Amino acid sequence: MMAQSSTDRDYGNRILDIQDLAIVFGGRRVKGEIVGGLRAVSDFTMAVPEGGLYGLIGPNGAGKTTVFNMITGVYQPTEGEILFSGESVIGRAPHDITRGGIGRTFQNIRLFKDLTVLDNVRIAYHTHVGYNLVEAMTRLGKYSAMERDLTERAQDFLAVFGLQDRQTEIAKNLPYGEQRRLEIARALATEPTMLLLDEPAAGMNPSEIEQLMELIHFVRDRFQLSILLIEHQMRVVMGICEWITVMDFGQVIARGTARDIQNHEKVREAYLGTTVEKGLRSDAAGD
Amino acid sequence: MRKKKVSRSWVPSLLMAVGVFVVIWLLKTIGLLSMRWYLILQMAAITTISALGLNLIYGFNGQFSLGHIGFYAIGAYASALITKDLSAKWSGTQVGGLSWIMAGQLGVLATLILANKLKMGPRLKALRKRIGGELAPYESGTITALAGILMLVVVLAAGVVVAVVTHWVFFALFSGLVSILPKAVEQPIIFFVALLNGGTLAALVSYLVGLPLLRLGSDYFGIATLGFAIMVYTALQSGDLVIPTMKGARGMVGIPHWTNWGWAFGALVLSLFVIRNLVYSSYGRAFLSVREDEVAARAMGVDVAQMKTMAFTFGGFFAGVAGGLYAHWSGFLHPSSFNMIRGFDPLIMIVFGGLGSMTGTLVGSMTIVIGLELLRNVLPSGFEDWRFVIYAILLLMIMLLRQQGLLGTNEWGWLKAPLPPERDIPVPTQAAVEGEEGA
Repeated sequence: MMAQSSTDRDYGNRILDIQDLAIVFGGRRVKGEIVGGLRAVSDFTMAVPEGGLYGLIGPNGAGKTTVFNMITGVYQPTEGEILFSGESVIGRAPHDITRGGIGRTFQNIRLFKDLTVLDNVRIAYHTHVGYNLVEAMTRLGKYSAMERDLTERAQDFLAVFGLQDRQTEIAKNLPYGEQRRLEIARALATEPTMLLLDEPAAGMNPSEIEQLMELIHFVRDRFQLSILLIEHQMRVVMGICEWITVMDFGQVIARGTARDIQNHEKVREAYLGTTVEKGLRSDAAGD
Repeated sequence: MRKKKVSRSWVPSLLMAVGVFVVIWLLKTIGLLSMRWYLILQMAAITTISALGLNLIYGFNGQFSLGHIGFYAIGAYASALITKDLSAKWSGTQVGGLSWIMAGQLGVLATLILANKLKMGPRLKALRKRIGGELAPYESGTITALAGILMLVVVLAAGVVVAVVTHWVFFALFSGLVSILPKAVEQPIIFFVALLNGGTLAALVSYLVGLPLLRLGSDYFGIATLGFAIMVYTALQSGDLVIPTMKGARGMVGIPHWTNWGWAFGALVLSLFVIRNLVYSSYGRAFLSVREDEVAARAMGVDVAQMKTMAFTFGGFFAGVAGGLYAHWSGFLHPSSFNMIRGFDPLIMIVFGGLGSMTGTLVGSMTIVIGLELLRNVLPSGFEDWRFVIYAILLLMIMLLRQQGLLGTNEWGWLKAPLPPERDIPVPTQAAVEGEEGA
């Protein structure tokens, strides 16, 4: 047996393991070294435990969403390694990574706006569609049974999120909170083992945030998955995340439990202001 | 309990289709419908098929294509060459052209499948990685390039072998068919095969064109496909250098007039059936997701590139079939029927009717084709050319007053989206959820 480092012992099994990740936009490679360009993220190391609820926080422009985009294959990192369930995701296409078990939501909601609520969820099932193109065109063979099964699964799924009465409505006509819920439902319909949430509480009022926090807990327990969450609002992060990594200027400045982070000196300087109490209060009022 | 909604039946739509078909046919038979209008109605149906194909690409998949007329032309010339063979024997025998066109497509398909099975790209990359460490870049580069060329030669040779072998099979099959069957039976079979071949050839070309071009963003893709349409137009003008029967810029004559109301309307109904089923299947929803938001579609596990190619290939197929019907409708093909300006026609029709609406395409293209001819009757003699002024004003007004087109994304009857099944959805109660959490 190999000697385990302290983080391994703390976290148990890692579902996501990011090592020395870096991305440079617009740089040039000269003899293996990258010259110029904008280094958005550098030496980023983080591990998410299986079944964990992990928070990634940091001030605006710290590179949080960039990390998300590298995990989901939207950007290709310049250096480093991302292991998901022990397999590298680097170089794989975004849809392939989704099929591999990473679901995500977006900072600014990206629903299929002009489609119905039901279709939004059914599209997520396309990967598991049980009939082929010819059966689809002729309505023969397995089409009817499979399409019915797929639709019923989507309906049941909407019911879990309290959207069963909205299924024929156009997605863009839903109220904001329900759009967020639909986006999370849609991401979960891809049957992920890990869910990435990009600022789920953005633009929500305090009571909606309460509901969201309950929803995130509920989702984790019901679907038995790991959640990585980017969040701006300290209330959410401190309230639900078991572990937190803090980023600033593309680098990790602290990591640990919520309590560790609150007392961390660098975090106070970079993010929370001079005192934790003041930072928390201004954040809750301001955001 | 919620109110039970009326289920959407296909019966009224079917009755309407049969009704339209029978009425036109009867009117023609008893002589109330003049030959001119009979032909115009056929042309309207043909144009609608082509426009439906473009609607699949632009309306449902969101890819702005200006090259649709190119696929229409390919379908027209390919099917015309097949049927002309029966009387003119330009390829030496009655079915030589047909056998070669079919075998050629299979050869290309075989090449593509084999190239895919060989995984050329990843293999070459792996080879380069393996030898890259030991050799200088120019050495490993040369070896990889040679290996690539070797693989390409193998794949192409396999394609040629498949084409030659299947050519003899098809040749035997169709010569037998032509010699055994009476003319009345043989003609519809050959016409059907010719139309299908026009469609599949256009689909194959659109697949090959779409593969590199669909990586481009929507506007750039539009320009690139416009380039493709111009290429086809230019190639047709000097097509007689390759196949003398095509007659190039002089125009291909002597194509049998086989298209009638039955063929045109039947093809339209069949196209609608296929497209409607496709749109309301999981594949159709994936097409729509690409139109709505590519980034989100990828995050849902939808292979965006695959869906774009699929929609583009289907669109090309319908353009090809429509082209084949057009060739046997007019009996004469000239490259100028397929020039850039004509290429905008299907685009105008689908925008006029409503992007992403099959009913809209139906209404839009029928209105434009029939309306332009009606104006010919209405306008005083000597002012016929003014119909294009009226047409343009009408288009301007539609774009100013109703950007979404006549119908927007609304559909009629059987073309409407099927409703989700009415059933009692089990709603997990809070207690049940907490129970699960506890367990």
